[in-house]
Amino acid sequence: MNYLPHTGAEIKEMLEVVGAESVEELFCDIPHGVRLYDDLSLPGPLSEFEIQELMQSLSRQNRPDGENGFFLGAGAYRHFIPAAVDSIISRGEFFTAYTPYQAEASQGTLQAIFEFQTAVSGLTGLDVANASLYDGASSLAEAAQMAVMAKGKKLIMVSEGVHPEYLQTLKTYLAGKDYLVEMIPLNEGLTDLDQVKDRFPEAAAVAVQNPNFFGCLEDLSAIFNVTKEKGALGIAVISDPVTLGFLRSPGESGCDVAVGEGQPLGLPMSFGGPGFGFVAARAEHTRRLPGRIVGRTADKDGRVAYCLTLQTREQHIRREKAASNICTNQALAALAATVYLSLMGPYGLRKAAELSARLAHLAAHRICDIPGFSLLFDRPFFHEFAVRCPKDPAVLNGKLRDYGIAGGLPLKRFYPAMEDAMLFTLTECNRPEEIDRLASALREITA
Amino acid sequence: MDEKTIFELSRPGTPEIQMPEHDVPEMILDEVIPEKFIAPLPPPMPEVSELDVIRHFTRLSNKNFNVDANFYPLGSCTMKYNPRVGEWASRLHGFAGLHPYAGYENSQGALKLMEELSEDLCEITGMDGFTLQPAAGAHGELTALLITRAWFKDKGEDRDIILVPDTSHGTNPASAAMAGFNIRQVKSDGYGNIDIGDLKSKLDDKVACLMLTNPSTLGLFETGIEKVESLVHKAGGLLYYDGANLNALMGKSRPGDMGFDLVHLNLHKTFATPHGGGGPGSGPVGALGPLVDYLPGDELVDEDGLTVMKPRTRSIGRVRSFYGNFGVLVKAYVYIRGLGAEGLVRASECAVLSANYLATRLKEAFDLPFKRRCMHEFVLSASRQKKLGVSAMDIAKRILDFGFHAPTVYFPLIVPEALMIEPTETENKQTMDAFCEALLAIAREVEENPEIVKSAPHNTPVSRVDEAGAARKLMLCGI
Amino acid sequence: MVPNDLKYTKEHEWVRIEGGIAVTGITDHAQEMLGDIVFVELPAAGEKVEQMGKIGTIESVKTVSDLFSPISGVVKEINKIYMDRMEGAENPDFHPEYANHDPYGKGWMVKIEISNTEETANLLTPEQYEKLLEEEA
Repeated sequence: MNYLPHTGAEIKEMLEVVGAESVEELFCDIPHGVRLYDDLSLPGPLSEFEIQELMQSLSRQNRPDGENGFFLGAGAYRHFIPAAVDSIISRGEFFTAYTPYQAEASQGTLQAIFEFQTAVSGLTGLDVANASLYDGASSLAEAAQMAVMAKGKKLIMVSEGVHPEYLQTLKTYLAGKDYLVEMIPLNEGLTDLDQVKDRFPEAAAVAVQNPNFFGCLEDLSAIFNVTKEKGALGIAVISDPVTLGFLRSPGESGCDVAVGEGQPLGLPMSFGGPGFGFVAARAEHTRRLPGRIVGRTADKDGRVAYCLTLQTREQHIRREKAASNICTNQALAALAATVYLSLMGPYGLRKAAELSARLAHLAAHRICDIPGFSLLFDRPFFHEFAVRCPKDPAVLNGKLRDYGIAGGLPLKRFYPAMEDAMLFTLTECNRPEEIDRLASALREITA
Repeated sequence: MDEKTIFELSRPGTPEIQMPEHDVPEMILDEVIPEKFIAPLPPPMPEVSELDVIRHFTRLSNKNFNVDANFYPLGSCTMKYNPRVGEWASRLHGFAGLHPYAGYENSQGALKLMEELSEDLCEITGMDGFTLQPAAGAHGELTALLITRAWFKDKGEDRDIILVPDTSHGTNPASAAMAGFNIRQVKSDGYGNIDIGDLKSKLDDKVACLMLTNPSTLGLFETGIEKVESLVHKAGGLLYYDGANLNALMGKSRPGDMGFDLVHLNLHKTFATPHGGGGPGSGPVGALGPLVDYLPGDELVDEDGLTVMKPRTRSIGRVRSFYGNFGVLVKAYVYIRGLGAEGLVRASECAVLSANYLATRLKEAFDLPFKRRCMHEFVLSASRQKKLGVSAMDIAKRILDFGFHAPTVYFPLIVPEALMIEPTETENKQTMDAFCEALLAIAREVEENPEIVKSAPHNTPVSRVDEAGAARKLMLCGI
Repeated sequence: MVPNDLKYTKEHEWVRIEGGIAVTGITDHAQEMLGDIVFVELPAAGEKVEQMGKIGTIESVKTVSDLFSPISGVVKEINKIYMDRMEGAENPDFHPEYANHDPYGKGWMVKIEISNTEETANLLTPEQYEKLLEEEA
């Protein structure tokens, strides 16, 4: 492939203007000791035709879905994506633009971000949202730093029901500082504040995921009542925001900050990225929000206009005193979510959420009818649930593949003690027949 | 014309999107989910038809400058053409539809791609290992600094200072602070290099690392790099390469050969993946020697004919969920395979030629503070124009009227009224000539009719936006 | 124009001494250098401050700069026009632009109860401040 536009004559002309004999001469400032005189050893070049062949071949070495059933989730979700989403984000006007520094030349991106912020505020039931962060996991880390700033305390308490990769990320982020992360244990699958209540006076924040990693529904209102009373920032973590089509919003449940992963809102799983992170908060925390924020204002002729605002929080102005170091975020993914939410509308989103939950309950019922299978936690759940299996879940998954079924997530990947447990996920994309096939396959395999 | 927000366009009662009518037994969810968990009403999303949505966002898109339609010489951002084959490849179902927990045996194509991309980045930079997890440049910086911290902790050395040049990106000090370090700033000398005397005076046994962009944000190669390297290493510190400007150096010089211990790259700059209006990007981090063991995420290795993930012994842990912005990695892989070694060198050569061409043509009308060969970008100063009452910002806004995106302004901070211009290798000479003519015309306007520049832009969808008003009267949510 | 009834600091703050109280703000020159001021972070009433100690930050659209106390003492009052929120709600009288439009009047920032009157000797006279401006230009 070659995207260089110059003819030989033009290169000569440009060199003449520059006053150089050769292009090589322009690299004269690189000392000999650090010049590379050998060729790089890389495959290619390939023509676009060959590239297409290569990529087809590589992509075919992946087996993305079970043709007869798909039951994976655990932080990345296969939800329905209307075709119009990709049509909009495939517009070069959006995807080949940079961060909207020059407001007058970027009103499209800016208004779209403003609409995204509005959508996230609406979904989470909170006052303000930013233009997106990297992903759900790093968003939790950013929220923890907001909490430390807001409360002047250094202890972050995190429920064991938070996605384990979010927790690992949080710990990595905070390792640089003298902040402390402590776990809040689960009792039968639900966050149990009672066991850690003597730690509350020192806590800057309490973070709880809902539905939690095991699919169970946490009583957010009760939890955030306690955090409010104890003066800690209540952080809600949402790993699948489609559930907010049906569940009470974290804001309404009393949290101060909500963070989460946006991939389920109109983006393919894409082996885990790009999705996007979101953060929303009550108005009093506006100036502590990390990253880009767009505000609505006017141009000098009084027309409605949008621009990046509150920029003094950010790294390019405040440098080492910035609220966060984030610069590039996940704008195009956030645009996809805005388009998705507009297409789904309130009722479409509600239906998708409801259907996911109904199918999950049907599946749980059918699976637990099979001898040897039972729910790991007897708690209300939404569209994910953990099941104890009579055989090693990893082995079960291998066998399910022979039936063309992608099974759930063996939980021992993250929790060595849960060696017989598997996390199943259903969304509106599952068909009832898939559940039939899963149930009969499991029955055969374990018979 | 004002475009209402999609929320303002909402018409309650618009027929909603249809979902499949599955034959699920009509289970009442209220019976299995306690009422206290259920929202009485769905969230306040817009109620609009598909055509409403398409038309709204298409109209919005028309209000954007973008590489597809406009020359976009935004310095330090490397706004080169984004090959469409990369977009196509990342959307192949085998990639886009793949779940991150699908299992090794079902993800071989993706894992091989990541393994090969890591190897390619090692070859291009001269490093020994890469992590593909970081989602953007600043994320990569934070990652590398957390590695730096862990490295000195293991060595039992108490080093809490990061050195950054006064020309550094704002993310450098911000990332350092986030990783728990304190900052010392190093001055530039009259040639735009690091001031060696100042560097010496700031180096001691508290310094953990020097973060360096090379070529610097002035677009100049650090000619004293070998001296800088030996000074920092002798003082026991590490050297970190901010890869924002690698587009000048592919196949010409490698950070690893310059002695850098840690590197981040911006795949959304050098390797032609699109910026998306502010992401998603990708900021892989490379390390040399024993530092490789500290990288986040797993190492990709071949085992019995399969590519599998192996935990790294001293990994600092993960910096995000899953494995990175995989879709972006696919596009960068396509770019590197398509260009090959020869194409990458040609790209850098052409980027440097174009920048020198523009700098030469523009230096009569604007001040060029450092009179050296530039690399892939250069910084002009509008000080001369400022004396006539016209600022770099005014000039930037006026450039928009000519159909070109503005350069980066007021950065780096050490150049007054800075205009930082990066043409990239994919722009043809005709476009660059037209851009020069526009800037030269603006320089004349500053002398003859400054008002037209000061009141610019005139031809954009909106006129000068009231940023102060936006910050004083915050309106961040449209419902 | 440097009002001649005020004292100044080299960080471009002004001081008006009214009995034991120092009323302070930033000078016209400072607001012009900063550009459109959008937010000012000030200490809480009751906080102890030291002469030339950092007591807040001033944010314009594109820069942030520190605010220093011209004198040691205790913060008596801060100007409510700089508080974007009061008692958990938006402050309808939030007007940071007064720092630009009326820096010596409605744009005052902090009132400090002076603890050591001798320190006033360290402040610049209008003539000295005017000279400083000339030097900096």
